[in-house]
Amino acid sequence: MAYVAVTGGREAIEKASELNHYYRLKESEEGLELGSIRKQMRLLIDKVMGEAGLYAPEYAALALKQGEGDPAEAVFLLRAYRSTLARNHVSRVTDTSSMRIIRRISSSFRDLPGGQVLGPTYDYTHRLLNFNLRSEGAEDIRAFMDRFAPAEGGPKLTEEPAFRKVADLLRDQGLMPPMKATLDTEPFDVTRRKVILPASRSARLQMLARGETGTMTALAYSSMRGYGSVHPTIGELRVGYAEVSIADPYGAGDPDDSLYLGEMLVTEVETINSFKQNEATGEVHFVMGYGLVTGQNELKAIAMAILERSLDTEGTAPAQDEEFVLTHIDGLESTGFVSHLKLPHYITFQSSLDRIRKAKGERERRQADTEEEKEDDEQQHEPAVGAAPGVS
Amino acid sequence: MTSSSMNRPSEQHPAFPKSAYNFAFLDEGSKREIRRKTLKAVAIPGYQVPFASRELPIGRGWGTGGLQLTLSLIGRADSVKVIDQGNDDSVNAVSIRKLIEETSGIATTEDAAEATVIQSRHRVPEEKLNGGQILVLQVPQPEPLRHVERKEQITRRLHAEMDYSAIWLTLYESVVKWGSITVGADYPVLVHDRYIMAPSPIPRWDNPKLHQAEHLTLLGAGREKKIYAVPPYTNVVPLQFEDYPFEIEHFVGKSCRRCGSAHTFLDEVTDGETGEILHQCSDTAFCAKTIERRESHVASIQA
Amino acid sequence: MSLPSRLDSQQRQGAAQDAAPDERPILQVRNLNKRFGDGCAHCLPAHVEHPGNRCPRCGSVQACIDLNFDLYPGEILGVVGESGSGKSTMVRSLYFDEDATSGEMFISSCKNGESNLLAESAQQKRYIRNHVMGMVYQNPYLGLRMSYSSSGNIAEKLFAADHFHVGRIRERAAELLGRVEIPLGRMDEPPKRFSGGMQQRVQISKALANNPPLLLLDEVTTGLDLSVQARVLDLIRSLRRELKVAMVVVSHDLGVIRMLADRTMVLRQGRIIEMGLTDQILEDPQHAYTQLLVHSLL
Repeated sequence: MAYVAVTGGREAIEKASELNHYYRLKESEEGLELGSIRKQMRLLIDKVMGEAGLYAPEYAALALKQGEGDPAEAVFLLRAYRSTLARNHVSRVTDTSSMRIIRRISSSFRDLPGGQVLGPTYDYTHRLLNFNLRSEGAEDIRAFMDRFAPAEGGPKLTEEPAFRKVADLLRDQGLMPPMKATLDTEPFDVTRRKVILPASRSARLQMLARGETGTMTALAYSSMRGYGSVHPTIGELRVGYAEVSIADPYGAGDPDDSLYLGEMLVTEVETINSFKQNEATGEVHFVMGYGLVTGQNELKAIAMAILERSLDTEGTAPAQDEEFVLTHIDGLESTGFVSHLKLPHYITFQSSLDRIRKAKGERERRQADTEEEKEDDEQQHEPAVGAAPGVS
Repeated sequence: MTSSSMNRPSEQHPAFPKSAYNFAFLDEGSKREIRRKTLKAVAIPGYQVPFASRELPIGRGWGTGGLQLTLSLIGRADSVKVIDQGNDDSVNAVSIRKLIEETSGIATTEDAAEATVIQSRHRVPEEKLNGGQILVLQVPQPEPLRHVERKEQITRRLHAEMDYSAIWLTLYESVVKWGSITVGADYPVLVHDRYIMAPSPIPRWDNPKLHQAEHLTLLGAGREKKIYAVPPYTNVVPLQFEDYPFEIEHFVGKSCRRCGSAHTFLDEVTDGETGEILHQCSDTAFCAKTIERRESHVASIQA
Repeated sequence: MSLPSRLDSQQRQGAAQDAAPDERPILQVRNLNKRFGDGCAHCLPAHVEHPGNRCPRCGSVQACIDLNFDLYPGEILGVVGESGSGKSTMVRSLYFDEDATSGEMFISSCKNGESNLLAESAQQKRYIRNHVMGMVYQNPYLGLRMSYSSSGNIAEKLFAADHFHVGRIRERAAELLGRVEIPLGRMDEPPKRFSGGMQQRVQISKALANNPPLLLLDEVTTGLDLSVQARVLDLIRSLRRELKVAMVVVSHDLGVIRMLADRTMVLRQGRIIEMGLTDQILEDPQHAYTQLLVHSLL
């Protein structure tokens, strides 16, 4: 199959698309159930939804099926779909302190009101391949469920009263600055407006929340390791269901007139960083780092809290540079640009062929001149300014 | 429906239900915003106007900027030509054209003279465009100063103050080291005596086609979220020294192996069997037109 | 297009020599203030001295307070003071590297000396930086592009003055680099391959590229070996002698000031506490602080 065709591009693309189908389905007898992907690939679904900026588990499962399990491909599909959707409402500020918690830990306090709730986590699971899963069947699932959660509904983990936030405990003691009043103002929407740096806080948080998990982890890691100065304590990490509501569209404008839409699973991280003195008031406070992502994606939520804090510190490390961080964490942009190198670049290459021939000719002419002058003073030419063959 | 027909777009079975999407994919609000930014770009030739780039079903870096311009401009009466590397049948051109067709249903053409909107990557058609036509160029890196200053916040200031010494310096260094300016494609130009602009990675051969052109050129960078423009009859002057002038690519003594043209931008191809280096027009539609015209001319003589 | 040639500079020298000694100053600075930080209602008024000039409420620092002085064509004004006295901030403000908080600055060859240049637009300031003033920093990394050729560093300044002829640019670069004794064969080497003293000399030649009538030098010999220092100081003296360029020379080294400056200004905590002929300041200081400075450092 010709890669760029003298003719036949359309046929080539259609054949490639059929080959995708073939490779996706060969050796299969039945299609992958979307329900199974959604339920049993829970963490992958959460990661994809978060990076896509679209809370839609069903569609995330579909995207993963269509993209053969590649998270980048699935995020791409969801983003392109999301971009066609109307944005009808902006939600009210969600109070995460009252969320329905399935997991909540603090690395700062051994004992804290409400206690540590380990919840679902692989943190203390030995990473040994569980060969029993090879033959896991309906029987096994039923047997486990009957034993673990016999009653209607899941395990009895979720119906705890709302936990007080660790940050609030510190606020009570005057160790953290009081919260500013939360306003129901419409945030900057990074999908509808171009962000001009320096970004507003809402724009910055959105971009971080949509960032690619691996990239964010790498940047946060660099900051902790020494390229930067953020190495926080996790004040609190909580995973749970937070309520989402909007102003009642038929209400009389009363701020309490809310319409409850549902709840969404989120991971929230509040980190405690080294303290500093407020120059205006002279008070000494810990500084918080904040991360919030959809679904259960603890790694990204922690990375976000580190980067959020790091961007407010001064220094020359990459993770302290707003432009560097915000313009490189978006998975769609980075994967798109890196993979665009697969497109033909004949023209730019032809153009640089012309230049290298010219430079070679010039060099040979110069060498001839030099030999004529019988000078043996050798000049080193660095290829620094040569025409790069890869001008996009 | 078999699995293969499910994925094979055709008249009967498009890849997705057309009714699920607006005419030309983007919602009208997005189109309006893009058109407003386009108008601003036309009003300030060569200035990069930031816009809220939408995410599309094709990859960032694969022509989303150009595509958004095209989608926001077309109406049902338009006829669109899409080329990549001068070729209508290049896979990416086909892919973009297919998306435009499927979401808008409008006519497409390979004839540069017939098209009202021409979306292109890396080339300006050889055929002279006229005042009724719009050329849309896809742009990977809209900032001509990016390789001398990596920070957007600073390049914005450099443009505002017309502080262009740094880019001149790179050209000077190349003359000192190599005896000539070694920039290949995407050769920086000064537009309307004000802004230095990246013309997108078109070959230097195509730069003169933007100068005092009859047509409007729009440039879109989707990933970098910028739109800029060269209005008709605008000065577009390549950066050059008085004693080291701008040069287009040389094809001295070469001609197209198909149509015989010696006045077009040529691709180099290596003959797989003989290893001989051959040349052919990069603008394939123009090449075919030349051949056709000559054949009909010959036929008319013979008749 | 015409490059600033040797001829131009000679004409200007002639003009300077013919001028009466009481001609108007090339540079006038009036009530220059520079504060780091936003300031607040509790910041102490300028006439009250307090440690570090730091506001205990908002943390703002007054780095320069009501500076007033004149500089005459071809004159060298020395600026001395301890570190933190505001001398670098002063020249950086004059070169627009820092935005002065308030004050006025006039240069006689610029807008007829009638426009406050501190209030000009960013474009105008850029023009002034390239045509009317030259700056030489203590750290050559601030004034040079270390990875580009030395001739290119000079070319960069000439581009800003709309010179786009490589041949003539190279002639001018060779002339300037020769003037600061960089061997012609090394004009296309990047400054990063040069020694510290050579880098300072390249920086000086770059600052002179467009024949500015005014040069600002900030601790240019600090950190150099003594013999290297002497060579740079000799160069500065000969430039003044031959080009009649006026200079503001900032240094904490009184030896440098003694060697170069006609007049000297003593700065302490952002204020001018004494100004006069250099000999007079160094031999017969009036202010107690200056006496301390002179005796402890000489």
